[in-house]
Amino acid sequence: MAITADAPESRVRGGGVRPSPPVRPRRRGIGWAQRLEIVVLAGPAILIFLAFVILPVLMAAYYGFYRWKGFGVPTDFVGLDNYRTILRDGSFRAALGHNGLVVVLSLVLQGPIGLALALLLNRKLRGQSLIRVLIFVPYVIAEVIAGTGWSLLLQSDGAVNGILRSAGLGGLAQDWLANPALALGTLMAILTWKYIGFAVILFLAGLQNIPEELTEAAAMDGASWWQTQRSITLPLLGPTIRIWGFLSIIGALQLFDLVYIIWGQYVAATAGTSTMATYMVTEGRNAGNFGYGNAVAVVLFLVSMLIALVYQRFVLRRDTEGALTGGQ
Amino acid sequence: MAGTARDRGNPLIYVVVLLLIGVMLGPVAYIIVGGFRTNSQITVDPAGLPDPWQFGNYTSVLTSDTFWRQVGNSALVAGATTAGVVVLGVMASYVLARYRFRGRGVLYALFAAGLMFPVTVAITPLFILIKNLGLVNTLPGVILPQIAFALPTTVIILVPFLRAIPKDIEEAAAIDRCSRLGFFWRMVLPLSVPGLITVGILAFVNSWNSYLLPLFLLNDEDTFTLPLGVQAFSSAYSVDTAKVLAFTSLSMIPALVFFSLFERRIVGGLTGAVKG
Repeated sequence: MAITADAPESRVRGGGVRPSPPVRPRRRGIGWAQRLEIVVLAGPAILIFLAFVILPVLMAAYYGFYRWKGFGVPTDFVGLDNYRTILRDGSFRAALGHNGLVVVLSLVLQGPIGLALALLLNRKLRGQSLIRVLIFVPYVIAEVIAGTGWSLLLQSDGAVNGILRSAGLGGLAQDWLANPALALGTLMAILTWKYIGFAVILFLAGLQNIPEELTEAAAMDGASWWQTQRSITLPLLGPTIRIWGFLSIIGALQLFDLVYIIWGQYVAATAGTSTMATYMVTEGRNAGNFGYGNAVAVVLFLVSMLIALVYQRFVLRRDTEGALTGGQ
Repeated sequence: MAGTARDRGNPLIYVVVLLLIGVMLGPVAYIIVGGFRTNSQITVDPAGLPDPWQFGNYTSVLTSDTFWRQVGNSALVAGATTAGVVVLGVMASYVLARYRFRGRGVLYALFAAGLMFPVTVAITPLFILIKNLGLVNTLPGVILPQIAFALPTTVIILVPFLRAIPKDIEEAAAIDRCSRLGFFWRMVLPLSVPGLITVGILAFVNSWNSYLLPLFLLNDEDTFTLPLGVQAFSSAYSVDTAKVLAFTSLSMIPALVFFSLFERRIVGGLTGAVKG
């Protein structure tokens, strides 16, 4: 979630007065008691984080150089062979292409819809809290549940086609999941339905940081609701939108659950919804080629990091500090 | 904002809201209502209402050992993950928020970088690591990595929260001869309860729903959590759609209840973490 460490500043309401920067650390050095406190308090979290997040990434880099079935110590060093195979494999490149489409379409679809919903829900409505809870339901339920429900709804003799037929629109009934011309569109619809709630939560949280005085002042000056949103709310929401974009891109690059649950490992490739992650699981773990699977993980890692760094450099740069530039 | 009386009265907005709720809840309603039908009802009219209503699917799921065992596993995993994340997260965040030491920026950046790498990237080597630790097919084998992967979000939400506690309170506590740890225990923890609830609910819901990690680490049916259970159930009973729907509906209840109770807290708790 999000993402900056300077809440004291961002909490200040009413713009205008910028608080003075935090007091410089006294360079006196810290005593042993304080060192001990730091170790005792932060140590366990650091340890578990290094062991289960950082170490596996390093292990992937190591195992990726071996042809290895996952038993014993890897001995069959193959250098960059795994990586050559990945980059030459048409089905990996297809998966990469699907990921790219999902990244772009998620931003284009979920951004505007999420904003519209957040602005709508930020108004005072009757039954507001109930409305909010109901709209977040798809985001809160498990991917497995959403996937099971949607695959039953969308199969060729499922409820969606049933409704179309009984409405006399039988001609529109489609094989929504298996038809390669439609499957990616179906996936995007499901992803939008599932994850729009996340965008709305972030945007709503961002909207609460916008001082009411600003919009009230605009209203007093005769600005319409639309003008207020366009000229005041949206620009002030910029940092939140950019951070959502970051998280959305990362999520789209690592997409696995819904595709794997709805399409399964074999259909995903033929229907054109496979992703780098489903490719990794299919060709790695499921095929017993752990060395190869680790190499795919490294590629996935590098692609994500490259895109994250580019985004950080060119988009988040405007915000005084991003997620990766430290908590000063 | 714009909370004028005009908004409340504008019927068009409510039409939009109702449509929206329909789209968002339609598929969920289909799952829940479908559980009250028979398979022949579903085959004849896939989109119809129950006629008559059948309770057999739900009662047979509710009386099955498999379902309750998976509920128990999920509850244990989600509970332990939540406790671990909240305890470790608040301690580390306190250090990052209120101690000044060399390497603090690096440490924060390390946790923040964790946001970039959800479990997908690490899952293949993680499986090997857990296997070497002898924790495959055990619940701790899922809990430990889940705590680790939930830490970045937790730290990033809690650090601004803890930093916002006024310095004056800390100084006053110091004057009263309260140590830093005493201050942490007696002042910081009570003041940060709203933030802790936010990160706790997020960790709980994510763990309750998590799929990829248990898929890799739990192969023994006895250790299955609900998401694996739902999938196993729907392939084992693929012809019994109605029962699958009943099983699926029942498994989503806890996450929905928790989230609904604390929705406001979550939006509120994130407010400090996103810049608006």
